[in-house]
Amino acid sequence: MSKEKIVTVTVNGSTVKFVTPAHHTLLEALRHEGFVEIKCGCEKGDCGACAVLLDGEPVDSCLTLAWHADGCEVTTIKGIGQPGNADPLQKAFIETGAAQCGYCTPGMIIAARSLLKDNPDPSLTDIKRGLSGNLCRCTGYTRIFEAVQLAAKELRAEGEAA
Amino acid sequence: MLPPFDLSQPQSLADALQALAGNGDTRPLAGATNLVPDLRGKRETCRDFVSLEALDELRYIKRDGDRVTLGARTTIADILDDRGIKTDAPALYAAAEIFAGSMVRTAATIGGNICCGSPSADTVPALLTIDAEVTLSSAGGERTVSLDKFYTDYKKSVMRSDELLTSVSWNVPSQNSANLFYKLARRKGDAITVTGIAVMITAGDGVCSCARIALGSVAPTVFRASAAEDLLTGKALDEGIIEQAARAAADQCAPIDDIRASADYRLQTAFSLTRRLLTQAWRQVS
Repeated sequence: MSKEKIVTVTVNGSTVKFVTPAHHTLLEALRHEGFVEIKCGCEKGDCGACAVLLDGEPVDSCLTLAWHADGCEVTTIKGIGQPGNADPLQKAFIETGAAQCGYCTPGMIIAARSLLKDNPDPSLTDIKRGLSGNLCRCTGYTRIFEAVQLAAKELRAEGEAA
Repeated sequence: MLPPFDLSQPQSLADALQALAGNGDTRPLAGATNLVPDLRGKRETCRDFVSLEALDELRYIKRDGDRVTLGARTTIADILDDRGIKTDAPALYAAAEIFAGSMVRTAATIGGNICCGSPSADTVPALLTIDAEVTLSSAGGERTVSLDKFYTDYKKSVMRSDELLTSVSWNVPSQNSANLFYKLARRKGDAITVTGIAVMITAGDGVCSCARIALGSVAPTVFRASAAEDLLTGKALDEGIIEQAARAAADQCAPIDDIRASADYRLQTAFSLTRRLLTQAWRQVS
């Protein structure tokens, strides 16, 4: 039971190889490899703190088996943007005060990134649906929704300027 | 940490069916959005899974005339991305919209939602109102089963352990029909259903020519309120007959008390939601 397997994933552009059994999740495997920017929350797909982009699609890494990510591209919050080279979403979260304790923020931004890719001009309802798998226990969500609206506006302006 | 288990990763449907044919202790694993929490919570005892992850051949939405077929690995997000489903199965689309959260919708599959057999499965009431059929495949062949005849008891179905649900299909509802869904839960999203309901009302010559009512989370399985459907068929609906049908639907419920709601509350809401959705549906078609 529980053979081990070599899994190769590209995380934020860099190739990462690790050996893991079938019952390890992508969350466990990547945090073990040092990607601790992926947060561990409820571990049952309710809170979204562990969200990453897997081949561009948002998934809960706590529900994704590491074996299933073999050969895939993973984007974590650090792949979205870094200090000095922040994404408009990250800047908007800072500007609007959308982060308090900050634990949900990586997952919020991953989910919002995916939403804005498909829908550059989301309504408030669209934003609520896009973030429906992400729980925040601090903010009451209002400023998070404002941040996504602000980032969407910025991105649209950038798109028009380009 | 999940308990250790074995996972085979077949690259074709034929290989997956072979893996399932071997012994009765092997189970399929698709989006795993229920399985992983169940393994973690020690509710799932199986330790040998066949991954359906690589089976893109089961991920499709096909239309052939009025017939719509979804491959079992079609995700809830795929249903929402395909704008046609909104008209081909309005209640299913509405159920997909409030299904869990966005990341779960990316992974969770229609086949998985059906096969988990949960009475609170969001897509099942909707599928029952459009007379959906499922295809069960095995190494020995395949058979088609009406979804209405699929469930036998709480999390139990007619599907054998060597079978895999490979597709679900239905006919597009007629023009003069209304197909509605409502999920009562603590929140609009990311919550387990307290009472779920889908209805389909088709009208012709001023009467209800066909009625479908399916209720979730109020009995060991999702079920069709057949006595209520019979009451409505062939009649011009009014407040009185709708009230009678809602009462008949509630009479067919066998709810339990749990952390989300009491059995009494579920009975009361099954009645009032049936009345509400029938009223709305009739208003749309008459």
